[in-house]
Amino acid sequence: MQQDQARPAPQETTYREAVRAAIRDAMQRDERVFLMGEDVGRYGGCYAVSKGLLAEFGPKRIRDTPLSESGFTGAGIGAAMAGMRPIVEVMTVNFSLLALDQILNNAASIRSMSGNQFGVPLVIRMATGAGRQLAAQHSHSLEGWYAHIPGIKVLAPATLEDARGMLWTALEDPDPVLIFENIMLYNMSGPLAADAGPVDIDKAAIRRAGRDISLITYGGSLFKTLEAATQLAAEGVEAEVVDLRSLRPLDDETIVASVRKTRRAVVIDEGWRSGSLAAEICMRLVEQAFFDLDAPLARVCSEEVPIPYPSHLEQAAIPQATKIVAAAKRVLGREG
Amino acid sequence: MAEFRMPSLGADMEAGTLVEWMVKPSDKVKRGDIVAVVETQKGAIEIEIFETGVIEKILVDIGTKVPVGTPLATLRTKVEAEAGVKEPAAPEAPAIMPPPIPKPAEAPPIAAALPEVSPLPGRLRASPAARQLAQAHGLDLTTITGSGAGGAIVLKDVEARLASMPSPPPKKPVIGLDLGAMRAAIAAAMARSKREIPHYYLQHQVDVTGCEAWLAERNAARPPQSRLLLGALAAKAVASALRRFPAFNGFWQNGKFEAAPAVHLGMAIAIRGGGLAAPAIHDADRLSCDELMAAMRDLVQRMRFGRIRSSEIADATITVSSLGERGVEALFGIIYPPQVAIVGFGKVVTRPWVVEGIIQPRSILTVTLSGDHRVSDGHAGALFLVEIDRLLQEPEKL
Repeated sequence: MQQDQARPAPQETTYREAVRAAIRDAMQRDERVFLMGEDVGRYGGCYAVSKGLLAEFGPKRIRDTPLSESGFTGAGIGAAMAGMRPIVEVMTVNFSLLALDQILNNAASIRSMSGNQFGVPLVIRMATGAGRQLAAQHSHSLEGWYAHIPGIKVLAPATLEDARGMLWTALEDPDPVLIFENIMLYNMSGPLAADAGPVDIDKAAIRRAGRDISLITYGGSLFKTLEAATQLAAEGVEAEVVDLRSLRPLDDETIVASVRKTRRAVVIDEGWRSGSLAAEICMRLVEQAFFDLDAPLARVCSEEVPIPYPSHLEQAAIPQATKIVAAAKRVLGREG
Repeated sequence: MAEFRMPSLGADMEAGTLVEWMVKPSDKVKRGDIVAVVETQKGAIEIEIFETGVIEKILVDIGTKVPVGTPLATLRTKVEAEAGVKEPAAPEAPAIMPPPIPKPAEAPPIAAALPEVSPLPGRLRASPAARQLAQAHGLDLTTITGSGAGGAIVLKDVEARLASMPSPPPKKPVIGLDLGAMRAAIAAAMARSKREIPHYYLQHQVDVTGCEAWLAERNAARPPQSRLLLGALAAKAVASALRRFPAFNGFWQNGKFEAAPAVHLGMAIAIRGGGLAAPAIHDADRLSCDELMAAMRDLVQRMRFGRIRSSEIADATITVSSLGERGVEALFGIIYPPQVAIVGFGKVVTRPWVVEGIIQPRSILTVTLSGDHRVSDGHAGALFLVEIDRLLQEPEKL
């Protein structure tokens, strides 16, 4: 690809560094922004996202909290209502259940319940997903649950650009935004434009164009899905890969347009199958594109078990490129 | 539990479209009841059931085309119904319930990525996109072979069919008599007959002056709709003659002839617009001439409305073809497989005839026989025709 001479060369960056750059950028742009969460300061964050930020911004803006998700998430909501722009880091989605009352009953509801007198311009970041042998209690993918809740937005940055760019846009939103960072992505490395900046947070993106089948996914499953698309291409199947980016609201327009073109879809979602986000997407396709469909819709989700600890079982429980390829071929009637 | 299946209404039938259910679940049926109407190449056929019982479940929806042998409904047979066979009775609860034993094992089934749901019997598998395109072009999906998952018809199958068709799309499938399909069925059956059956042909002229006089007398006091016609006498004569000549009554199947235990006389009926069918009159040899006449009238009437019963289509053991008054003197029929003979009656003509040494004008009917030489020889065929002649000389005894 030809480089634009006016722009600085892309830097090799990890997803972790991209998130950190986003936080630093937000802190620099707006004095009201601060980061709060368990071990975000002295320890540098459970996933080392905020490493170095305490030294750079000081303890007033990089705040270690007690181990009380309900407490500090509630504090973040209060701060946001009072005019601050807090970034609350919940160590993982597993612990966010302790803050669910704050998120659902306060953050998501206050604008409506106050008759639009109060809003909660809060960003909550959390890690999600399985794959690091953290066993059943620390491997959840519950972003689909949060996507059920009106009053909040739910983002799933999968690429370096989105990890870098979604935070600022989220902070500018007048309502709560939850950002889910898949734990398997933190070490992912690639070139990121040195001047990468804010991106939109309401559109799905076509990560690979194709005419035969739409593979719809988000977050940690994006790269497995792209790998599956590459394998399918070797067999003559041109798969289109749709990265949802925003799980709430869903970008129906992009999703439906893709499936109306390809007439077939597999939804890949690391959440459990029953009552999943994948189910919601499939239903929207049935509602909006039924007569364009040329095959049954299909899903690749996590197996309906608590995520196992042993590595081989854990990997078997979650979506993988081979499963995606198999599902796509079934939909295409190209089994065996 | 018994299954009521799509019957075979002839050797050339592969599938039929269910157009009407005459019964619903929990209806009582007995052997011989008409339970459904099925559309075939031969027209709409009323299907009889051969078991007595209670309809349990309808398996095939109206408008669905299914292959021969597909279960259409299940029924509880009479024996089961009487025995009250339904579900195994629950064991009586003991007075003191033991504490429930926790069941550790029953792991929930782990659903496959794409659960395999077996198609409902006979239900067409086609994608919404394929259905929509087919509908827009008036295409009958049942004529398309699916290439999608599980054999489903998908868009490209419909597109391929459209691409292979001449520009004007075919008319929508016809419910009732589809003469085009009927012609195709006739073509298949007749071509098979001429390909497989070594026909021999015999002709015999029968003086039916006596029959006509007898009929005139019988019919004098009758209104036109209940008059007996010569065709009924001729049919009765054939049916009666077959009792003595069983080699003309039955089926050539699996390389050998099987004589039929009863005489089910197939009556060739021309249909306006170019169709032809030969539904059977059951046990024609046991019917009186008047009964036979009534049966013939009924059959012609129902044939024209496209309402023929399954047993009538499949059961004929021999065919009789009469050209009637508007025809010619003689016809030589083609045997309808797997039957082994067809008897033809031409138009009655007045001819100079020598009776007891004197030339007289007499009414002459030419009777022909097309016989299957694998089963019978010309000698037997000649005796058979002469027997028909003999019987027609004594119409009062028919």
